[in-house]
Amino acid sequence: MERLVALPFGKSVEIAYQSIRVRFFRSLITTLSLVLAVAFLCYVQAGNRIAETILQTGSEAGFRALLQAGYDVQPGDAAIGESAKQRWLVILSLMVCVVGIVNAQLMAVTERFREIGIMKCLGALDSFILRLFLLEALMQGFIGAAAGALLGAVFAVASSAVQFGALVFTALPLGGITMTILTATATGCLLSLLGVVFPAVKAARMAPVEAMRVEE
Amino acid sequence: MPSDRSANVQHAIIRTTNVVKTFQLGSHTLEVLKGISLNIAADRHVSIMGPSGSGKSTLFNMIGGLDKPTSGKVFINEVDIAQLDAYELAWLRCRKIGYIFQTFNLIPVMTALENVTLPMIFAGTGNDEAVERGMILLKTVGLADRFNHKPSELSGGQQQRVAVARALANGPSIILADEPTGNLDLTTGEEIINLLKRMSEERKVTIISATHDFKMLNVSDEVIWIRDGLIDKIEQRDELRISVGTIE
Repeated sequence: MERLVALPFGKSVEIAYQSIRVRFFRSLITTLSLVLAVAFLCYVQAGNRIAETILQTGSEAGFRALLQAGYDVQPGDAAIGESAKQRWLVILSLMVCVVGIVNAQLMAVTERFREIGIMKCLGALDSFILRLFLLEALMQGFIGAAAGALLGAVFAVASSAVQFGALVFTALPLGGITMTILTATATGCLLSLLGVVFPAVKAARMAPVEAMRVEE
Repeated sequence: MPSDRSANVQHAIIRTTNVVKTFQLGSHTLEVLKGISLNIAADRHVSIMGPSGSGKSTLFNMIGGLDKPTSGKVFINEVDIAQLDAYELAWLRCRKIGYIFQTFNLIPVMTALENVTLPMIFAGTGNDEAVERGMILLKTVGLADRFNHKPSELSGGQQQRVAVARALANGPSIILADEPTGNLDLTTGEEIINLLKRMSEERKVTIISATHDFKMLNVSDEVIWIRDGLIDKIEQRDELRISVGTIE
């Protein structure tokens, strides 16, 4: 039992944070596709929530405004779901985003083969390497997704304000929008993790010599 | 004096028996090591010499547990490294062996101090103690004032000195140096050689270096000459003086 190498969690977070900070520009680009995809997701969902709230106020003006804005509502409806077209667009954008993350992370891993090899020579286990990459992805994912979700929500409110005018502010579903932001952020973190799993496993499994042999 | 330092009397810290390593290049099998058996005694400074392509780096990787032989066995401290699982191997690399490379191989995103303390963290040392010991090591190699610099802000010689400090981080019993002077100019190379020599004397570490730098011969207790994947000859310090003498 005593013959164990260790990497405390706090230290892993520190190293992961440092890697992101040092490669800030690259991290930014990796994160950017996530920001956009999550912003789109959040924009669509928050927009629907706002429209739904306007519908639920039951006012004649609100109903007319919704029809005018292109929502497919009938008198007596209580909810507005995402349209099939919206749903496909969101799913497609998230898929493109994951592929983008996988691509960027594969490049990042290749760039860091040597670093991975060195760490292994110093006694790092596969799990250390995996943990560092997952933590990095989680941090990037959280920051990117949170930024994207806020951006999306702000745009949703702004565009609703343009469409429906003052109506929006009498019935702004703050709780609902907050929920949407939170779920969109969680989705983003999940996507970021999903995108890094394959590259990180590939990196962690490399034998130290192979990793070191790669020329920079 | 030389007689009681002979390899047979002393405890062999590294022992290989008939190590063969082949690489598969497409349909062609390349035999890089063709059966190497050697004993390396503790606390000595051993150089593995040979032209490039002789298999010395491959042998070096085997000895360091970085690669596994195709057949034959490598024992470190009488433990067959083929029998070790991933955890034990990692522990061995972390606590018992210090590596020094031709290309320094510091982690570029970390400062000199962080590079030195990383193996200590892996070994379970607390942060404060690691920093304290790291600073002492950096002072020993003469770089205490540059602790906060990234590798890119250091010269080659300084980077290699950080690497020496890092190799000593967990008080290893073996230091493996693969062409430690290969990327350095004459004077800086000599500085590193002297530093290694000093460390081996002060800290009782076995130093094994793969090299084709003849400056290394002066400080070696024993030289193992490798040619075409086989041991050509093994020379002790006293024999060496004579042969170097005849060259000059």
